[in-house]
Amino acid sequence: MHQDSKRWYERTYDWIESRVQVADFVRDSAAHPVPSKTASWWYVFGSASFVLLILQIVTGILLATIYVPSAGEAWNSLQVLNHQLPLGWFLRAMHGWGSNFMVAVVLVHMIQVFLFGAYKFPRELTWLLGVCLLLMTLGMAFSGQILRFDQDAYWGLGIGASITSRIPFIGNEAVHLMLGGPIIAGATLSRFFALHVFVLPATMLAFAGLHVWLVLKLGINEWPTPGRLVRRETYLKEYHELTHRDGIPFVPQAVWKDAMFAAAIIFAVAFCAAVFGPFGPTGTPDPTITQTAPRPDFFFLWIYSALAFLPPSVETPLIFIAPVIGIGVLVALPFVAGVGEKSWYRRPVGVLTLIVIAVGLATLTHLGTYAPWSPHMNAWTADEIPDRFVHAATPLERQGALIFKMKQCHNCHALGGLGGQRGPALDRVAVRLTEDQIIRQVIQGGGNMPAYGAALSPPEVTALVAFLDTLHPPNQRPATDASRSIAETDKPAPKEPVENTKP
Amino acid sequence: MNSDFDPQHSQSAEPASAPAAATSSGAHTQNRRNFLFKLSIAINAAIGLLIATPVIRFLLGPLRPKGAYDSWIALGKVTDYQPGTTILAMFRNPVTNPWDGETGNVACYVRRQSDGSFTIFAVNCAHLGCPVRWFPQSQLFLCPCHGGAYYADGSRAAGPPERGLFTYASRINGDTLMIQAGQLPNLANQARLKTPGGCPGRSSANNTDIHFVKEIAPCIKTPNAGTNEPTIG
Repeated sequence: MHQDSKRWYERTYDWIESRVQVADFVRDSAAHPVPSKTASWWYVFGSASFVLLILQIVTGILLATIYVPSAGEAWNSLQVLNHQLPLGWFLRAMHGWGSNFMVAVVLVHMIQVFLFGAYKFPRELTWLLGVCLLLMTLGMAFSGQILRFDQDAYWGLGIGASITSRIPFIGNEAVHLMLGGPIIAGATLSRFFALHVFVLPATMLAFAGLHVWLVLKLGINEWPTPGRLVRRETYLKEYHELTHRDGIPFVPQAVWKDAMFAAAIIFAVAFCAAVFGPFGPTGTPDPTITQTAPRPDFFFLWIYSALAFLPPSVETPLIFIAPVIGIGVLVALPFVAGVGEKSWYRRPVGVLTLIVIAVGLATLTHLGTYAPWSPHMNAWTADEIPDRFVHAATPLERQGALIFKMKQCHNCHALGGLGGQRGPALDRVAVRLTEDQIIRQVIQGGGNMPAYGAALSPPEVTALVAFLDTLHPPNQRPATDASRSIAETDKPAPKEPVENTKP
Repeated sequence: MNSDFDPQHSQSAEPASAPAAATSSGAHTQNRRNFLFKLSIAINAAIGLLIATPVIRFLLGPLRPKGAYDSWIALGKVTDYQPGTTILAMFRNPVTNPWDGETGNVACYVRRQSDGSFTIFAVNCAHLGCPVRWFPQSQLFLCPCHGGAYYADGSRAAGPPERGLFTYASRINGDTLMIQAGQLPNLANQARLKTPGGCPGRSSANNTDIHFVKEIAPCIKTPNAGTNEPTIG
């Protein structure tokens, strides 16, 4: 073809291509044959994760044009983004929701890879890179939450420092390295900024690139068929035959589902961003404001829950040993179970393990959303005692209800569904405990309840117990101590044995 | 712009003399080049090590000798604190940067007993460091995170914490209340029985001095946990 017959852009393309020479590689990669059954909606999560990573990088760069990584100014710069710059709030929301979607899609991708046995020979390294990418995704989510630099971020760092301080022997030094100084302050934000903006994204891009390269080199995992076992000696040959006998070119026959799903995910992120808006920031990161109840972001709620339930004696060992075991299991998986059956129909242990872990994490996350172990710090002034508990009460009982509020009992004990859930709900406490038992419990505490003996005067105890003793259903009498009624009757006990009184 | 530029062609033309290296003088050159290649790697490794040393020292910058971050800080006049009260006080951390903003501030609870002695509590829960809140009505510190609860004297009342609230060492200079602070209180820098008096309540014996516990001895259990301060009328 004569050069003059080409348009200017074709000539430009030729000029560049003759130098970089990637066209053949791109063409071969795009058209490489994949097993036809892998052109499935189950195979779209990896590409969607990568698309979300790119979305996070783009929105992150845009946010970085405004954000000030300074402890004194970060919170204000987020306010400017939220309220002053046109659509600044939308970009923050895209980045925040993009983060949530990315963690979710990465997890779904991992579950799919696990169920389809895709980590087996020869894709062990692909799986290992994937484990690293999962950890880095979680690292991005955590460091991103810190860059929001509000109260949750500040106290989240406090919790991180607290956990770090439990490292044996070098705990305090590790805390100082983590915080960049003796306290959570400017240096802390700066180092998490460096981590979130330079270190982790660069590493993730490199790892994700290698991850995709391995998928290209080794081929996409074929659809698992029960009974078709992976053998190191024969697998590569079998896979090669499969792709050439029953293969389709990746572009365009398989890729369109990836592209469709990527579009749907990006739209979902934008939709959530537009409808639900950005995350925070909550209050200013002022450590002297103790009127706060810090909560981690959604994907760390399960850790928050687990830390509430661990018995103190095993807490520190578990905090450090459990992650090592967890990551160790993920790393060891392709080497321990690198060959054999791929189909989920023939891997009951794997499927059951996955279900148990998923149900466990979901339950802990659900508990974390309402944190029944935390006192409701404002319940004593914010939540009411429902009318039915006091409308027929005597003055003494009403005084007791006031004590119940004034002494913050409501922060831990619910009445009529209002109040804290740290302790048992007291709607029917009079049925469970006798008057004496209530007095003992209030004064001495126990069973994870503080003793109130020092904080209550005797008249206050009398009033409070009088109120608590009214808390029983109308058709059920309050619990009584049988011996008490005998003691309260005027008849003195017979002084002599009964048989002796007989004539 | 010439689109018939063919780098493959120019590449193939280039190494025409390469196969000629089979001669004895060529072998010598090759050995020399191999040696120089290894030498260049060694030199780069040495330079890398040389540069890594200051980089590592820089990264370890926040590490200071034990106690180097701590100093004595004035927390106001003694008369600012009424006997029988616990109030939230604030001070500026001794080590800060100008851009720390309000994160350079630190809060603590100052408890002044009826006899005039002081106990200064950190706001950080001994479980995982969340800010505990003081409720004077029920004489309790409550933690919003996992439900740790402490009595007025800082001893553990309920919940996951394994110990009482962290305390700062305190003394009185003339009419000024001084505390020793400077780093985020946590189990690593507070758990070593370093607190004034070691046991809750014992610190009040002599507040102008700091007691370092020499031996690990169990704290005497007070029969009535909580505070003896009157709260009614």
